[in-house]
Amino acid sequence: MSVARAELFGEECLLRPGNTNCGGCGMSVALTMLGRALAGESYSLVIPACCGIVTAGAYPTTSYNVPVIASTFASAPAFASGVAAVNDLNCEPGEHPAHVICWAGDGGTYDIGIATLSATAERNENLIYICYDNEIYGNTGGQRSSATPAAARTTTTPGGKSERKKDIIGIMAAHRVPYAATLSVAHPEDFRDKIRRALGIDGFRFFLIHAPCPTGWKTEPAESVELVRLAVRSGVFPLYEVFGGEDYRINVEPDGTDPLEYYGRQRRFAGEGADPEALRHAAQMRMERLRNLAGRRPID
Amino acid sequence: MNMQLVTGNHAAGHSLSLAGEANRGARGAVCGIYPITPQTEIVEYVARFPFSKGRVIPVESEHSAMGVCIGAALNGARAFTASSANGLAYMAENVLVAAFYRLPIVMAAVNRTLGPPWNIWADQGDTLMFRDFAWVQFYCDSNQDVADTALLAFRLAEDPRILLPVMVCMDAFIVSHTSMEVELASQEQVDRFLPPCSVPHRLDPQHPVTVGGMAFPPETLSQRMELDEALRRVPAVLEEHRAEFREVFGREVCGAVDSYRVADADRIVIASGTIATTVRDVVDEWRARGENVGMIRIKMFQPFPGREIRSLCAGVAKIGVVDRNYAAGTGGIFCHEVRANLQGQDGPFVQGYLAGVGGGDVVPGLVDEIMADLSCRTAAGEAVWKGVEP
Repeated sequence: MSVARAELFGEECLLRPGNTNCGGCGMSVALTMLGRALAGESYSLVIPACCGIVTAGAYPTTSYNVPVIASTFASAPAFASGVAAVNDLNCEPGEHPAHVICWAGDGGTYDIGIATLSATAERNENLIYICYDNEIYGNTGGQRSSATPAAARTTTTPGGKSERKKDIIGIMAAHRVPYAATLSVAHPEDFRDKIRRALGIDGFRFFLIHAPCPTGWKTEPAESVELVRLAVRSGVFPLYEVFGGEDYRINVEPDGTDPLEYYGRQRRFAGEGADPEALRHAAQMRMERLRNLAGRRPID
Repeated sequence: MNMQLVTGNHAAGHSLSLAGEANRGARGAVCGIYPITPQTEIVEYVARFPFSKGRVIPVESEHSAMGVCIGAALNGARAFTASSANGLAYMAENVLVAAFYRLPIVMAAVNRTLGPPWNIWADQGDTLMFRDFAWVQFYCDSNQDVADTALLAFRLAEDPRILLPVMVCMDAFIVSHTSMEVELASQEQVDRFLPPCSVPHRLDPQHPVTVGGMAFPPETLSQRMELDEALRRVPAVLEEHRAEFREVFGREVCGAVDSYRVADADRIVIASGTIATTVRDVVDEWRARGENVGMIRIKMFQPFPGREIRSLCAGVAKIGVVDRNYAAGTGGIFCHEVRANLQGQDGPFVQGYLAGVGGGDVVPGLVDEIMADLSCRTAAGEAVWKGVEP
């Protein structure tokens, strides 16, 4: 037991044991994967209001094994710009400055923080922004955000959301940031490889993680990873990356899995407003558009 | 001596920039900037300054300008910015974070009327909105006062006994855009006056903590008490820094309060900012007529210099407070504080005057009317609006 714990929660772990996160929390799995991908690196986190800052626990304890700044809801990339500027100013010639990573939910990214995010991307600040997207205001009990997909029921869209989810990677690509990519906790190697790739790039780097939230999605905690795997296989949440805002590369080609296998396992899509054919069609059209953007480039 | 004819904005930009440059031997300087009339020239000055170890970050809003300062200060840099009016209102959420995180950020604030109606002229309502946020606040009365107080602000903010952000306030246009002869500091002087900026709780990978995470009521109460204790230490520490300022720069910088001909006064007019300079002249006119009037200028609003006010007002019969600001329900904010601090003292009544609200000129004639009104009174009444067009 002690050996297993040491392996799981060694010196390099980012998320320490003892945090109070929900079972099946995709964000928690993603934090563990992020910590492994960043093993040996010096970095700090800036976290706005979201489940990620509740994760830290109550003062004076912290569940994080790196320095963390809690920012106001809309300000994570502004706080991080200040932190990164000082790291860059104090970097010895030939050395790489310590990394600064924003770890934010979809509310802080797609909604309240988007002006700050846009400006930080436009200035090409030397930092990594990671949005763990659970497609809901999870921390406040499950309200719709502009990341909530069409047809999903939330406490503020009880009949199912009528608007579609924002294309945040498209928005970031339109800023011509050096690097933007999606990540899935069902694809740990891809996750690690793309984080490591981003470490070698200067300037603003953006990641979007599909982060299942069993509480908000009305799903079985044990199925979280399987769910997001289905999202990748069906093209609902494709894994891809964008270099310089123009060069799209699909990392995992969908295998033809029916999107309804993903949607059908979540009670948030069980409302009368959810039209299975429309959901299937929308997912296929998005994937088609992505393939066009990628020029059907073969996988690396 | 480096005497130059410069505006208040220029004076502020010069001092902020030299203070930033003075931290080149430590973690450097960072300034988050966003334009708003009438402070824009300050951030333009800073943006032009050739920092040897500094970065000026032009962000998309005042909220982010303060956000950048917070991140930089938590990473150990000397951080500063400038703002005004609705920009300050937009920045508000991060303004309070700067104080609650105990960060020695300095902000030059050009007092401009909060809109609507949209009005760019002088009114202190914007910075006084933050009176409860544990920022130290100075209200300057001249370009020289701005230049010197901005330097004093860093010394005070970064003192390990204080570690609070400081606002250096000045009246829109009357100070910000009006040229006066100013003795500008040299880099060598500022280097001597300001020790390297040290933020003891800055990020440290060897000792990872979460800054600003969740806290329960007992810890939160302690944090607020510590803020209160730090504010209470300000007056004594400020006097030490003023003495050091005198040593380095060879001139005085006004502290918490200034007073004029109050020793034998039976009536005192209290004011702040540039209005105080007008009151001073009118006091001379009244003195020439044999009237025993005096003037107190409140420069430091937060923490409020209650002890000094009580001591200066002992034995005085009538006190008039002139406010270039309006707080719904209370009238003038300086008047409110003066009254609260004189409560229980036998003697003076405190009459409030709202003058120059929305940026109107407070000319000597208006102050004359205020002194005449105060002289006739036997008791205080509702705040009197001055400058109302018939």
